[in-house]
Amino acid sequence: MSQWVEACAVDDVEEEDLIRFDHDGRTFAIYRSPDDAFYATDGLCTHEHVHLADGLVMDHIIECPKHNGRFDYRTGEAKGAPVCVNLRTYPVKVEDGRVLIDLS
Amino acid sequence: MGRMVIVGAGECGVRAAFTLREEGYEGTVTLVGEEPHLPYERPPLSKNAPPAVKLIAEETRYRDLSIDLLRGTRGQRIDRENRRLVLADGRTLDYDRLLIATGARARRFPGMEKACTLRSVGDADAILSAIDAGTKLVIIGGGFIGLELAATARGLGAEVTVLEAADRLMARAVPAEIAAMFEDRHRQEGIRLRLGAKVETLEEHIVELADGSRIEADIVVAGVGAEPITGLAADAGLAVDNGIVVDGCLRTADPSIFAAGDCCSFPYRGAPVRLESWRCAQDQGAHAARAMLGCGDSFGRVPWFWSDQYDLGLQVAGLARADQPFLKREAGDGAFVLFQLDGQGRVLSASGAGPGNAVARDISIAEKLIERGIAVAPEVLCDPGTRLKQLLKG
Repeated sequence: MSQWVEACAVDDVEEEDLIRFDHDGRTFAIYRSPDDAFYATDGLCTHEHVHLADGLVMDHIIECPKHNGRFDYRTGEAKGAPVCVNLRTYPVKVEDGRVLIDLS
Repeated sequence: MGRMVIVGAGECGVRAAFTLREEGYEGTVTLVGEEPHLPYERPPLSKNAPPAVKLIAEETRYRDLSIDLLRGTRGQRIDRENRRLVLADGRTLDYDRLLIATGARARRFPGMEKACTLRSVGDADAILSAIDAGTKLVIIGGGFIGLELAATARGLGAEVTVLEAADRLMARAVPAEIAAMFEDRHRQEGIRLRLGAKVETLEEHIVELADGSRIEADIVVAGVGAEPITGLAADAGLAVDNGIVVDGCLRTADPSIFAAGDCCSFPYRGAPVRLESWRCAQDQGAHAARAMLGCGDSFGRVPWFWSDQYDLGLQVAGLARADQPFLKREAGDGAFVLFQLDGQGRVLSASGAGPGNAVARDISIAEKLIERGIAVAPEVLCDPGTRLKQLLKG
């Protein structure tokens, strides 16, 4: 069963950037890529549970603000030390200018 | 097939071992660590109470990668002629390439023998388990370790005094304006800070200063820097000058022996530098591994370090020079970044501070500006309206 939740408006996220989205006691990160697609991952780095929303997005990589762990936010793949555990990703769709993520 | 030996199982040595495998090396990899524990991360030791032991990797990872992890022993002597490392427990390891990643030990000045120091998980356990509400803790040294411990101990309700010999905090690595921000915060939190304080004598429970004042202590911790562990290299006739001297590839004068991390002195932009930095240790470990496999590239990563005290964070990219002017960029919420440029307007360093990770993005961008040698106009840098990221797209 999918469980779509509205995360933000399209315009809330700048291109090649991300925002934090908290829902039901959990925290997520919503990304807008340079080619204007949207993605969603867990909001905390898998290394030391720091909010990724303070980090830097370059192309398709989110860099953790604390220790520069890097992930490909499209797949969640950890891109080397100090992170070795992938980020969980979530399906995303855009409807009427709203960004929705599937938490199922 | 070959034999790679890494002596020192801290952040640097472990990253080197992993990188050898990531690069496809199929010979034996032996990692020698002095401590009995599995290799762990040191940065949290001064920042958390009770100390959180965070392993660099689970034991299975070493097994899966066929890395022989020898714990509880250390390198005693290098027999360069036979390319053999003799361990303290008498075992010997023949090597084709040897990496010395022995790190640094906490420094103690003469007269400080009775002070504790904080470097290992054992140190952190001993210190933090002795701290309770009302414990009188005296910390000698207002650098990162001392101040992080001060904040942690304050959180446990200790009465904390920090004695710093210089006229300001964190004088070695951080601009004065950032040091002042942290100084204000420590005072607000109730830390007794004494700047320009010279320790005259140190007994177990009394610290006497040069001005005659006496401070009672339940526990005294010295955080006055670290010194590189270089004995193995020096005894083997390798050059040591504030660290084991290596070239841009992190190789010593012996082409089979490399050194990396806190124990080495390497060329950074033409000048020898030794860093005590978690990130540099990782990056150099990985670089040294590739050099051991024959890669001739020079290590070129920009120095980067951070500190957390209370809910304040600071980060520095590049090497800030306290004697040169800074350009200030406001980053909101009281956070700011101080940049330094060279004569051609290229960014040399960026030091930022503020609540939480407020400056992380700017520092991360600055690091890339430094690495790429991008010139920036001062007014652009100082205008909070400029998107720094745009500067990378030049």
